[in-house]
Amino acid sequence: MKRRWNWPIWVGFVVIVAGLFSYGFFARFPTTRDFPWANLLLFGIGSAFLIVGLFRAFGRPQVYRGKIFGSILAAIAVLVVAFFSYEIFYVLRQVPASVGAPRVGQKAPDFILLDQNGKPVGLGDLLSGSRAVVLIFYRGFW
Amino acid sequence: MRSFQRRLSEFDARGIRVVGISVDPPDINQRQSQKLGYTFPLLSDPNAKVIRRYDVLHPGAGPKSADIARPAEFLIDSNGVVRWVNLTENIAVRARPEQVLKALNQLSPAGQ
Repeated sequence: MKRRWNWPIWVGFVVIVAGLFSYGFFARFPTTRDFPWANLLLFGIGSAFLIVGLFRAFGRPQVYRGKIFGSILAAIAVLVVAFFSYEIFYVLRQVPASVGAPRVGQKAPDFILLDQNGKPVGLGDLLSGSRAVVLIFYRGFW
Repeated sequence: MRSFQRRLSEFDARGIRVVGISVDPPDINQRQSQKLGYTFPLLSDPNAKVIRRYDVLHPGAGPKSADIARPAEFLIDSNGVVRWVNLTENIAVRARPEQVLKALNQLSPAGQ
C-alpha cells in the first residue's frame, strides 16, 4: 500500500530554513534587527509543523511516510536554529568594551579624513556653522 | 544608517550634521552612498587611526581579520564637546535617529 506524503515535515523544514535566510532582510529594519523576533517566529512555526509531521511519521507509519527523511530534516533544522542562536546571541555580542572612548563632557578628538569624493573633511569643518555633529562609526560595507 | 538618511531632514532642520566613519576607502564609500542614496558624508579611515583614537576599534573583526570599527555613535556640540555617547553591546543594535534627536532636545530646546 502506498503511504501518504507527509507534507508538514517539508513545510516545517522550508519555514525554518527561510527563518535563517530571511535574517538579511529583517536586519534592515531596527524593529526586527534589535531583537530577531521575526526569525524566531518563523523557527517556531516551522518547528510546530515539523513536530506534527514527525508525530504522524512515527505514530502512524503505516499511513504516513517520513520516518527517515523526517528525522534527517529535523536534525538539520536543529543545527540551523543552533547556528542562528550562536551567531545572534553570542557572536554579535562580542563587542570590545571601548573603555577609552571619549565620554560625555570630554573634548572630542580632532581628525581630518577623506570623504567619499576624496575631499579632506575635518571635525572643525563639520562643526563650523552647525549646532552639533553626529559621528556614526560603522563596521563598513567591505 | 538607512534610518538616519530617512530622517536626515529633521537633523538638517536643527542644524545637525550626520557623518559616517569606517575603514572603507573613498571609492567604496562613493559607491555605497550612490547605491543607498546617502546624502551625508561617509569618511574613510583606512588605517583606523581615528577609530583607534576614539577607542572604537574592533580588532580582527573585518574580512581577513582586518581591524574595523565597532558600531558607536557620538553627539558632539559646536564647541567640540561630547554630549551623548552610544556604545552598543550588540553589533546588531545600533542607535536610532530618535534616540539622538531626544538627546538633542534634552541638550537645549529646539531653535536655540
